[in-house]
Amino acid sequence: MLPYLARRLLLLIPLLLGITLISFVVIHLAPGEPTDLQTQMNPQASAELQERLRRQYGLDQPLYVQYGQWLGRLAVLDFGESFAGDRRPVIDKILERLPVTILINLLSIAFILAVSVPLGILSAVRRNSLFDRATTILVFTGFAMPSFWLALLLMDWFGVRLGVLPISGLKSLGYEYLSFSGQILDRISHLILPVFVSAIGGLAGFSRYMRSNMLEVIRQDYILTARAKGLSEHTVIYKHALRNALLPVITILGLSVPGLIGGSVIFETIFAIPGMGKLFFDGVMMRDYPLIMGILVMGAVLTLLGNLLADICYALADPRIRHGQQTTGKG
Amino acid sequence: MLHMLFRLGVVAALLLLLGACERQSEVSLPGMSEALAPEYGDTFIEASIGDASNLLPVLSSDSASSAINSLVYNGLLRYNGQLELEGELAERWEVSDDNRILTFYLRRDVRWHDGSPFISDDVKFTYQLYIDPEIPTAYAESFSQVTRVETPDPYTFIAYYDTPYAPALLSWATAIHPRHLLEDTDILRSPLSRSPVGTGPYRFSEWVSGEKIVLEANPDYFEGSPYIRRVVYRIIPDVSTQFLELQTGSLDFMGLTPLQFDRQTDTPAFRRNYNKYQYLSFGYTYLGYNLRRPLFADRRVRQALAYAIDKQELIDGVLLGYGVAATGPYKPDTWVYNPEVMPYHYNPEKARQLLAEAGWHDANGDGILEKDGKPLAFTIVTNQGNDLRIKTGEIIQRRFREIGVDVRLRVIEWATFLKDFINPGNFDATILGWSGGPEPDQYNIWHSSKTAPGQLNFIGFEHPEIDELLERGRRVFDQEQRKLYYDRFQEILAEEQPYTFLYVSEALPAVSRRFRGIEPAPAGIRYNFQHWFVPAAEQKYTR
Repeated sequence: MLPYLARRLLLLIPLLLGITLISFVVIHLAPGEPTDLQTQMNPQASAELQERLRRQYGLDQPLYVQYGQWLGRLAVLDFGESFAGDRRPVIDKILERLPVTILINLLSIAFILAVSVPLGILSAVRRNSLFDRATTILVFTGFAMPSFWLALLLMDWFGVRLGVLPISGLKSLGYEYLSFSGQILDRISHLILPVFVSAIGGLAGFSRYMRSNMLEVIRQDYILTARAKGLSEHTVIYKHALRNALLPVITILGLSVPGLIGGSVIFETIFAIPGMGKLFFDGVMMRDYPLIMGILVMGAVLTLLGNLLADICYALADPRIRHGQQTTGKG
Repeated sequence: MLHMLFRLGVVAALLLLLGACERQSEVSLPGMSEALAPEYGDTFIEASIGDASNLLPVLSSDSASSAINSLVYNGLLRYNGQLELEGELAERWEVSDDNRILTFYLRRDVRWHDGSPFISDDVKFTYQLYIDPEIPTAYAESFSQVTRVETPDPYTFIAYYDTPYAPALLSWATAIHPRHLLEDTDILRSPLSRSPVGTGPYRFSEWVSGEKIVLEANPDYFEGSPYIRRVVYRIIPDVSTQFLELQTGSLDFMGLTPLQFDRQTDTPAFRRNYNKYQYLSFGYTYLGYNLRRPLFADRRVRQALAYAIDKQELIDGVLLGYGVAATGPYKPDTWVYNPEVMPYHYNPEKARQLLAEAGWHDANGDGILEKDGKPLAFTIVTNQGNDLRIKTGEIIQRRFREIGVDVRLRVIEWATFLKDFINPGNFDATILGWSGGPEPDQYNIWHSSKTAPGQLNFIGFEHPEIDELLERGRRVFDQEQRKLYYDRFQEILAEEQPYTFLYVSEALPAVSRRFRGIEPAPAGIRYNFQHWFVPAAEQKYTR
């Protein structure tokens, strides 16, 4: 297991380099430069200013030099300074946005799992029943609904008409003056709509996935065996079938690790939540190269690690893979 | 000029004279008529689409930063409600007889928010900051005309110019920076970028990135503490969300869209809680022709296109009537506006006739005019994200088609739009807008020396008489004299139609009804913000 792990980790390095190189080139290919926004269409800005800014940002250097410098800094875990007006360290900008993004994504994944796993199982067990059809329609409606539209409807309904939930933001204005329990309640009430809206689109995929896994497993011989042994249907489904049907879920969870730090610009914009999605979007719009690269690198690392993690967990959870690896040995 | 506008928080102007009269009755004008004594307290909450970038004015150019900075800092001068310059940090000022020396006499009772006294060295330092080649400020241009400055004593500041420069006074409305906190520090990484220290009516209190910026009233402000104790800028990137927040009363101020102003706020509940105001904003939308293209070389073609556009239709369709037709670069309620220029009322017959004179005929009967076998076809480009411009383009497209001109409309993301289309002059025609201010100098946009790639005369307009008028206009301080030059300037523009000036839109703010002391003026409503107040019985936020 250990040599395997070491080899996988080593392989990540060239992969990561390749990703950063491609990203670096692609974002520099996009027309416009970070200096443009500050200088163009502004009667007060001179041509010298443009040049001065380009020099300060190092944009006057050839692209490979810029990449080399960036890589050199990255090697000591320095993501550089943002090109935006404030010139703050990229890492600060990312770190202040990370907690809320991760919180919402975790809650959202938990919500998706809590709802779609039972939905998927029930749909599979009662395949083609009215329940199956109704949930199919429901989850796909959720999937197809534009999230900004749903968000606005919910905000209008719960925020304006009923007045029971706050519309946007993370805290109320007088948050500092609330009691401790009041603060917790305030936080929760601000999170309900964003988490629901960000989760609703994921329900369809996950519950359908769960359903087809379950159907697959139910058809297996060992389920037949279990039934033949005279086990109760409950035991057959929830003990023998479910465990096996859950295995591929590990892969999906592994794949959603990078998603934890990625936010959706749409719902963050609508709910006025300062998350990673908006940060990245604004970065791209302003051609804030260090910020874009910083977020991309983090995303890439997490994607690669997530994959690795999923593979490892898979091996741990599934004896077939674990033993398979030992027999194929060095391979 | 853009900067000044934001800095002064005067993103607008007059309670309309034109066209809006019949609607005005609906718009209640509260305020001093109730004759309440001003009281201290309460919080004013407004939303901003974007977070501020940098709270050092020399380094920021976005509107969110400027809105905050306008309350935290002062300039030597400012615009009052009537759009006249008046002293702010300067008690009074003198212009020498040859118009080349400006002397400012500073107030002696001003202190920075950290308690240090404000002196002329701060002004000198600010000037040096703006012209420092190592400081990437977007505002160096207005100070480049200054040859030297002097501070004979702590309360006198003198600026010398080689040639008289009329916009110079306006440039001294720029925010003055604290020398004692910035000198010999790395300006680009100054902590003041995120916690500013100014002399203004509000002190910086708190900035939560992406969430909010909080300011507290400055009790030691030299004009007396402002009445509203706290100002909160919430960052809400989506205007629909802002509007929902406004409806629940979580916001006290919002600039409405015409649709929101006209239809969505026309409810008893909204009228009970908010007052709506309307006044012409500075700035206009135009259709600019790339004069380097042979197609637009003939003035008659440009005039024909102007006749083919029904400006009132655009105003009614796009702005729901909340705007007026533009005839030149100045809005109709300013002293510099020339009402006598050729207005180009909608007249498709005249348009066809002018095109025929220019040699365009529909020879093959396909509905499109041709000349020398080439159809009269071109593309209008505009930027993504401005719905009003796109709608304007669609309406114009149909009107042009009616006179036999085939127009395509392309919408392009802003950075790409500038880089690949506008700056290299790679476009036929474009729908864009300029915002401006009370200062009429238009040198950068219309002078023939400003036609290089990346400069603002990107349509390539060259006209010797206009060059001369613009040069003279910025050398004279006398308003009457300047008006002569700029009247002629507007006449030529109307005649030549390098742009077809389309419309000036109205600013349509809604303000919570509990705020009193709002006095609409040519400068809009925000110019006297420090005099706004809430009667004690109506105060909403007591902490």
